[in-house]
Order: sequence, then structure tokens, then C-alpha cells
Amino acid sequence: MIRFLIKGVLRDQHRSLFPIIIVAFGVLLTTVVYSFINGGLNELITSNANFDTGHLKIMTRSYSKLESQMPNDLALTKIDKLINSLKNEYPGYDWTARIKFVGLLDVPDENGETKSQHHVFGIAANLFEEKSHESERLNLRKSIIKGRIPENPGEIVISENLLNKTVTNIGQPITLLTSNSGGGMAVQNFIVCGTVNFGIAAMDNGAVIADISDIQYALDMPDGAAEVLGFSKNNYYQPTEAEKIKRDFNSQYLDLNDKFAPLMLTLGDQNGLKEYLQYVNSIGYLIIGIFLFAMSVVLVNAGLMSGIRRYGEVGVRLALGEAKDQIYRSLIYESVVVGLIGSILGTALGLGISFYLQEFGIDVSETMRNSTTMMPNIIRARISLTSYYIGFIPGLLATLIGTSFSGIQIFKRQTATLFKELEV
Amino acid sequence: MKKIQAVTAIIFSLIINASAQTPSGLEVLKKVDKNLVLDKAITQTTMIIHGRSGTRTVKSKSWIEGKNKAFVEYTYPPREEGKKMLKLQDHVWIYVPEPTDRVISISGHLLRQPVMGSDLSYEDITENRKMIDIYNAEVTGSEIIDGRDCYIIKLTAKLEDITYYSRKLWVDKERWVPLKEIRYAKSGKPLKRSDMLEVFSIENRWYPKKIHYYDLMKNGEGTEYIIDSITLHAKIAESQFTKAVLKK
Repeated sequence: MIRFLIKGVLRDQHRSLFPIIIVAFGVLLTTVVYSFINGGLNELITSNANFDTGHLKIMTRSYSKLESQMPNDLALTKIDKLINSLKNEYPGYDWTARIKFVGLLDVPDENGETKSQHHVFGIAANLFEEKSHESERLNLRKSIIKGRIPENPGEIVISENLLNKTVTNIGQPITLLTSNSGGGMAVQNFIVCGTVNFGIAAMDNGAVIADISDIQYALDMPDGAAEVLGFSKNNYYQPTEAEKIKRDFNSQYLDLNDKFAPLMLTLGDQNGLKEYLQYVNSIGYLIIGIFLFAMSVVLVNAGLMSGIRRYGEVGVRLALGEAKDQIYRSLIYESVVVGLIGSILGTALGLGISFYLQEFGIDVSETMRNSTTMMPNIIRARISLTSYYIGFIPGLLATLIGTSFSGIQIFKRQTATLFKELEV
Repeated sequence: MKKIQAVTAIIFSLIINASAQTPSGLEVLKKVDKNLVLDKAITQTTMIIHGRSGTRTVKSKSWIEGKNKAFVEYTYPPREEGKKMLKLQDHVWIYVPEPTDRVISISGHLLRQPVMGSDLSYEDITENRKMIDIYNAEVTGSEIIDGRDCYIIKLTAKLEDITYYSRKLWVDKERWVPLKEIRYAKSGKPLKRSDMLEVFSIENRWYPKKIHYYDLMKNGEGTEYIIDSITLHAKIAESQFTKAVLKK
């Protein structure tokens, strides 16, 4: 029966080509839109986690209240002890210290006096330790435009834009002016060892990255750090698990009067990401829902048209004695076959386009030029397991719904009037 | 009728007498400037900075000549030792010794940054202009501060480009030093407060000994600024106010 139906669908293109094209097109759109939203969300989470929030972040209570000001006088102390205990208690996460700072980059002239000054935002991460994953997280190796990443004390990488603004060169000394842990002015010399282009407008406008040991020295923060970040070892943010670890950790530090007590936050607790992720997720589901609805309407219409076109065929089959429910069933099976073929075709094409978007992405740098959010300039699709089957849901459902409605006409036909209708 | 004339005369004379006793804002300001503005001086000071993460002490020696020249060298703690600051007109340079060994220009908004994490900015530290040159003044009342009778003076900037658009001073009526001061932005927002905790007399003038400054944007416990010693009319070599001295 199924083989008979498949042959019918393939050989009688008159009745199947249009529905298959419609289904394939809808499935293609669903697959591409889903993969693109998935990719955008993933990029957003990854960028934020890697550059700012981690999957989990620990700061002091006071620092967390003023985090946007990066008050390093309120930073964590004794971080080695803290990180060791975190590694023991939560071994599924990679724990690492960071310091964020804002300041001025002072470029000297040949006499060692100020030639130019530029505002910078800096990240100090563990770059020197062999087992550290920080240079991969910050995507340093891939982002290097000139030179190399810091390998020795006193080296710093700056964004390519900053290098062009400061009119300096690789190997040249620069001086960083920022606030130390006592609130005083910290002045530290560095050698520019490389330039980077992160592909994130907020970073490319004026970021510098150095090893944490150099910045700890410059900011007079021995064994101190602004924040300790935790990254899930499987690289995926798991909200439920993160929430559980947060509750467990924070329950050990309940003294609200201790302003230097550590406080753990999840990725979702920071930068309004939880609400943002929920919002983008809802938009994604809404788009897919609209596709499903629109496709169903189109396919009901196609089914009705097809039903009208196949009015004679159904009449002959009824006249030959085929039962109405059998004909209805065969039309349903046929729609499943059409839906399957359309879904397979649409998914294959959709995955192809998604793969292209995954590799090359869409450049949104123009719209992100002045952005301060950790969003990449190129948004890429991401093909996940769901991308392989998401299109089948509207592809099969819509054809089924369409045929179910249009097929009801069969039961309204009267055998007694068939010959008159068929004008035999 | 004679009684009425007599009462009127008494009231009239009292009014005249009272207005004659209350000096104008500019007169008060002149007397304050005479006390506070230094012609040539060498001072040694201690700043006790009450930061969010603890208290730090910073000591320095300053050379001052008029309103446009100042040189500060930090002597304590060891981490800050050897750092220097030079002010010439509106320009400020800081020198950071080895291993940094750099002369860095501090200009624009950087002049409003705190010095060594204190509640005082570079502008505050190096300011030695006569207030009468940059502010209009009016006496708005009297108040007792720490048991001393003070005039309340409201200052409003004559210039546009000025950090503290207005200031309110409580000036001691006998010693002509402000015992309390609040500095405001143009919007009327209070930016800094200072309480003079101790004054001392030197060469016929009263000068602050200990001032507690509060940066009101920080909500911290402020910075104590103590004059350990002062030499007025000191002999200062002209070369003291050159960039060459920074690296010496």
C-alpha cells in the first residue's frame, strides 16, 4: 500500500509537486530560522560567559553591587584558597580568577613623556599557566592580528583599533594608568606584544588583555582578584545545575553585614541575561509557531484544491466500491508521504543553508558599532540535533491537518448521485 | 511724640550699626584668602585615607609658589615613595619612579581624579588661587560651628569652566578661616565637604592644621589632611618647578 502510494506521489507530479514544494519551503524556513536563533543565542551566551559572566561568577557582596564601576578596592582576597576549595567542592567546573579594570593607556614619545592617552577597558586572565583555558575562552589565538599573545611578564595585547588610534607598534612600551586596590593611582609599564580583533564591538573599541599576575602586581592585589569565574567542563551553560551550585555555595556565607563575603551568581543572574534569553526563546518559538500556522493554512488550501482537482478520481474510486474511510485513509497516508518527502527535502536544503550561515554568518558590525553588549559582530547559525527534526513537526503536521480537513469532503459524496456527477 | 522719635532713632541706629558690623561677602573672602593663599611655602603633609578596604597613610612634601606653581613629592609609604607631581599653570605632570620611570601628563577630567585614592583631586591638591578672583560672595547668615561663631558665605563662580560652581563656607568671625565647607556642581549637587578640625596661628595668620575631606560621591569615611609643618616665605629655587626635577 505504502509503496503504491509512494509510486503514485512520485509518478503523478500533477497532484504531489505543489504540496511537496510548499512543505519543503516551509520546512526549509523553519530549519534555517531555528538554527539561526539557536546560533545567535549560543553566541550570546558564549560571548557573555567567556568575556564577562562565566557560567558562574563569584565576587564580594560589595563588588557585586558596584560591578559596573569595577571597584577593585572591593575585590576578593585569598583567591588561591578559594579556588582550591571550589575545585574540590564543584569538580565539574573549571574555576579561574580574573580582574577587570578601566583606565588610561598612555603612549610615550621618544623622551618618555606623554604622546597620547586613550581610555581602555582591560581584562586580566590567567594566560601563563599551562593548564589554563583562558586564552581559548578569550579566543586570543584566533583573534590575533599582529604579534602574539602575552608569554612573558610585562606584556600586553591591545585591540587592533586601539593600536591604530595610539599610533604605536608591536614591541613598543605603553603605560597603563588605573586605580589600585587602595583606590590610588596605579601606573604600570607594558610592552605591546600583539593586537587582536575580537569581533565584538564592545571589546574592539579599546580593550587590553594581560596576564593576571602582572595586573595583580600593578593594582597591588597579591592573591586578590575581582572575580572568580566557573565554566562548566562540558562548555554548556546548565541553568538548573548552576542554580543548585549557587544556592549551595551562598548558603555558606549568610552574614549580610560582611561586605567582603563571597557571593556567587549564575550567568542568568547577570546583565539581565535570564530575561533576555527567555525573551529571545519566546520570539523563536513564536516565529516557528507562525510558520506552522501559515503552512497549515497554505496546505489546507492546497489540500482543498487538490481535493477539487481529484474530485473525479475519488468519485470513480467510490463507484468502484472502495469504502469512503479507506479512501480517506489512503489520502492521509499519501499526505504523510508528501509531508515526509517535503520535510526531508526542506530539511536537507535548510541544513545546507544553515551550514553556510554557521560557517560564514551574517555580519551585523554596522548595527553593533557603538554597542556595549557582549554580542559578536558576526552572528552565525548553529546546527544542533534539533535542527535535524524541527522542520518535520510543521512539515508533517501541516500536511496532515490540511488533508484531514479537505478529505472530509469524501464523506459528503452520495454513491447514488455519482453517475450524474461524473456525467457517465 | 518725643518718645516715638527717641525709639525710632534707637531702632534706626541699631539697624545702621548692625549693617555696619556685618561685612560684605567680598570682605570676608578677602580675609579668608589672606589666611589661606600662600605666596611661597614648603609644607609637609600627611593624608590618612579611609578607603573601603582599609585606612592608608600617605606623606608628602610640597613646594608652592603663588597660584600657578606647585611641586609635590611623596615620601611614604614605600610603594608611593619617589612619586612626584608638578603643576605649572593649568598643566599637571606626575612622575612615577623606576621601574616605571615615566612622566605622565594629567589633564582634562584626569585632574578631577582622586590623588592616591583620597577624597582630594589633583585640582584640589594643587589649587592655590585666590577665591576672590574666581567667585562672587555673599553673606547669607551666621551659625555656631564647634562652639565658634561663623558667617555663612555663599560663593558663586565668576568663570564658566570651573569644577565647583558654587561653595558654601562657614567662616570663623574672629580667625577668618572656614571651619566647614560644601562644594557644589553647577546642578546644585554637593560634591565635596570639608570640616576643619584644627587650626593654628603662624606669622599673624590662621592656617588649617587638620581638615577632614569627604568626597560626597563616594559615601566613604573621607580623608584626613594634616599639615605637619609649614615654612612660609621659603626660599625656593626656580628650577624646583621644572620638569627636569621630576626625574631627579
